[in-house]
Amino acid sequence: MDFRLTDEQLALQQTVRKFAQTEMVPQAAHYDQTGEFPRSIIESAWKVGLLNESIPAEYGGLGLDGVSACVLTEELAAGCAGMTTSMMVNTLGQTPILVSGTKEQIEKWIVPFTKEFRFSSFCLTEPSSGSDVANMSTTAKKVGDKYVLNGRKCFITNGGVADLFSVFATLDPVKGHRGICAFIVPADTPGVSAGKKEDKMGQRASNTTDVIFEDAAIPAENLLGREGEGFKIAMKTLDRTRPAIGALAVGLARSAYEHSVRYARERHAFGMPIAMFQAIQFMIADMAKDIEAARLLTYQAAWMIDQGMNASKYSAFAKCFATDAAMRVTTDAVQIFGGYGYSKEYPVEKLMRDAKLLQIYEGTNQIQRMVIAREVFKESQ
Amino acid sequence: MANEVLVLAEQRAGNLKKISLELMGIGAELAAKLGADLTAVVIGNGVEGLAKALGAAGAKKVYVGETGEKYYNTEIYTQAVSDLIKQTQPSVVLAGATALGRDLTARVAARVGAGLATDCTELRIENGKLVMRRPVYSGKAYIELESTAPVAIASVRPNTYGPAAQDASRSAEVVKIDVKAVTPRAVVKEIVKTAGDKPDLTEAEIIVSGGRAMKAAENFKILHEMADVIGATVGASRAAVDSGYAPHSMQVGQTGKVVNPKLYFAVGISGAIQHLAGMRTSKVIVAINKDPDAPIFQKADYGIVDDLYTVVPLLTQEFKKLLAE
Amino acid sequence: MKIVVIIKQVPDTETKIKVKADGSGIETDGIKYVVSPYDEFAIEEGLRLKEKLADDSTVTVVSVGPERTIESIRTALAMGADDAIHVNDPALEGGDSLATARVMAKAIKDHGFDIVFAGKQAIDLDQAQVGPAVAELLDIPQVNVVAKFELAADKTKATVSRRIEGADELIEVSLPALLTCEKGLNEPRYASLPGIMKAKKKPVKQVDLAALGFNASEVGAAGSHVKILKWLPLPERQAGKILKGMETQAAVKELVRLLREEAKVI
Repeated sequence: MDFRLTDEQLALQQTVRKFAQTEMVPQAAHYDQTGEFPRSIIESAWKVGLLNESIPAEYGGLGLDGVSACVLTEELAAGCAGMTTSMMVNTLGQTPILVSGTKEQIEKWIVPFTKEFRFSSFCLTEPSSGSDVANMSTTAKKVGDKYVLNGRKCFITNGGVADLFSVFATLDPVKGHRGICAFIVPADTPGVSAGKKEDKMGQRASNTTDVIFEDAAIPAENLLGREGEGFKIAMKTLDRTRPAIGALAVGLARSAYEHSVRYARERHAFGMPIAMFQAIQFMIADMAKDIEAARLLTYQAAWMIDQGMNASKYSAFAKCFATDAAMRVTTDAVQIFGGYGYSKEYPVEKLMRDAKLLQIYEGTNQIQRMVIAREVFKESQ
Repeated sequence: MANEVLVLAEQRAGNLKKISLELMGIGAELAAKLGADLTAVVIGNGVEGLAKALGAAGAKKVYVGETGEKYYNTEIYTQAVSDLIKQTQPSVVLAGATALGRDLTARVAARVGAGLATDCTELRIENGKLVMRRPVYSGKAYIELESTAPVAIASVRPNTYGPAAQDASRSAEVVKIDVKAVTPRAVVKEIVKTAGDKPDLTEAEIIVSGGRAMKAAENFKILHEMADVIGATVGASRAAVDSGYAPHSMQVGQTGKVVNPKLYFAVGISGAIQHLAGMRTSKVIVAINKDPDAPIFQKADYGIVDDLYTVVPLLTQEFKKLLAE
Repeated sequence: MKIVVIIKQVPDTETKIKVKADGSGIETDGIKYVVSPYDEFAIEEGLRLKEKLADDSTVTVVSVGPERTIESIRTALAMGADDAIHVNDPALEGGDSLATARVMAKAIKDHGFDIVFAGKQAIDLDQAQVGPAVAELLDIPQVNVVAKFELAADKTKATVSRRIEGADELIEVSLPALLTCEKGLNEPRYASLPGIMKAKKKPVKQVDLAALGFNASEVGAAGSHVKILKWLPLPERQAGKILKGMETQAAVKELVRLLREEAKVI
């Protein structure tokens, strides 16, 4: 087993790191403070080919393998977690189409992303159904050769900027998860609108809004897979994208860790750099160890998905472990910086605020543990 | 033929540049140790009159080359200097590490097969040979070199050495040298001034630089006021430039200008390693910053931990008083 | 047009440079290597020229260096260069700028060239000598520290702007010529991900001394005109006199006094 990155992955890492450090880092605090959407930065990333990395080569995409995508995501996240979430959700919004779409659907809806700069979005969560996906109340009704959608999704990343939505709606709430369908919904469909922008604790560069459907009619051919397959498609999508979230957490944690190491060397107390104190050393050691463990878990999960293996448990390992680690690491970073850590003049308090969302979105870490336990007991039957 | 220490005197528009006198100063020291004659060569249009100043600065012989051209030209000057070196075989040739000096010495060294060290910050004679010290890795380390060829060429950083004393009682033998009619393939058409009347940052003796703490371009006004009083040029850190408080031409640092003033004020500058790379050879560094932990204080010779907005105007007043005396 | 770009692989600018205890060089363990930053401007300008010409012009990257240099060559290829020449031979070890320029010039001559771009200096040794030396050896005009470049319509000459102290020289240079590039000439593009994938397939010619027709006495330390005697770390600065906890006016007065009487700089 060769744990080293290939030459190509190293080259990829170098270019993305340079982009993130040059284009994202200097602006991160500004977008965090104003909550403005960093459209131009994300467009620059698109121009360098850093977005839409999962689109297969046969459709004009890079067809980047999972591990390389993790390397890419980690470097972007070390630049700014919020911007990276926006960039990664592009992939999240495309994935339902990539995993369950017909060739025609992929050509029609995915290929344009390789030709021009546009955003996609993934509409699953609702005010009353986050973890309890099957309890959604956005409905789809077949009317002639169209489906008419009604309802409201919330906490939708890229909701206010997307050109394309992957939307999950139910034909019949009584049927629970078996009633859910997945739809391709262009943003300019009449009846589709973005609601208020969320004023978030962290990852403020990411655009998060409600997406409202009022008698929004879409052609029947925009259905993904068959009626009732929506829940499966959603879960399959999330399984696939979980390692990337893990990688995002690794990048964020690494940034906090690097700041901490630098600061511990420079800051003096009681006549010596605080890096000499065991209390600090132990925190730094735990940071380094947990980041490396998180990274390896994400690589493994990504690799398994590429091999076509059943990766539900491993994806959950990666997402849960890495995001919990990011929360610990960023919290310790603020602690190491002491008073300065609490001030907006220094970069670490943003990192701590950014980290919290990672434990919540893309399936809460409680859901991740449920998935793991379920897989464990399934296997032990 | 006596050994020579040959100074490539630089002039612009018929005036000797300050670096030329600095080279004469160190040149005299080296020549004395080598038991060689200090000579100089000046090339340009209507430059014969400059031989007087070079003689007063200690040159025994001044070679004068009339180009009939208004502007410096790489090929013409390279030809003239190379021919002179081949003819006189000086063991040491000194030039300024200026735009002209860098351009000329590299080409000349390749043509005559000399051992060249550029941007030297120290020159000395050891065991009868010239030892040239120069910074590497953006000033993070130094190397010392010697030439393994008969002729050593060193380009010297401006403001490293003091100018030679001018003694009008000294004069030099003037020797006219041929400037071959070379048809240059690169010709200066025009020179467009970019800065105001202040010396360029790279030539400035005193620099006042503002950092991110300046918070706005207008706030640089207080630095300009202080700079005007002490005859300084105003610079900026990369953070200030990136934030739009100052143009890139004012940037001091690794990706900006490398400066070597005798006095450098770092105002509201934290002292990141990249900034230090641009000014670490400054003779005296003064830091003004309200953060007592700013790394710049580790490198500063003097400093005040206080708000720059109160300190700088008060400093300006104090300097005014001092210089009025 | 045959556009040639000279590049050098150097330690990343963030590297903490440590001089070895015996002064024989710097510690190289764990150093990350990159394309020298000024060379990026050269690569970018070569690529822009090729794009502007929109014909069968090619951009060839040339580099002299050990095995690891290939990574930086691939970066240049990923940015868009068409092919590369990597000059690598153990005999080159210890060569100064002139020795390096000698092999560089021959490689470029063998390849053929209409214009050569290089960075104004490599940020490891900061000497700015190889470019002009190559120009001399190729017997072509040079313009250093170029901040603006424009090719004439007839492609036989170019108008460039050269940065000198406090001014810009506008120069007309006939081709072929060598230009060294200054910051501000352009904004180097990132090596895009598609570019990185394509770079793998682009040809890199590995060239050694024999291929260039040199013998060992003409290169490396034997072929050099300067010798590095030793490497030195920065001298330790004396601790500074930092005035804190003082009333502002008093601190200012004291600082001015120190600058005048002690440092003697005002």
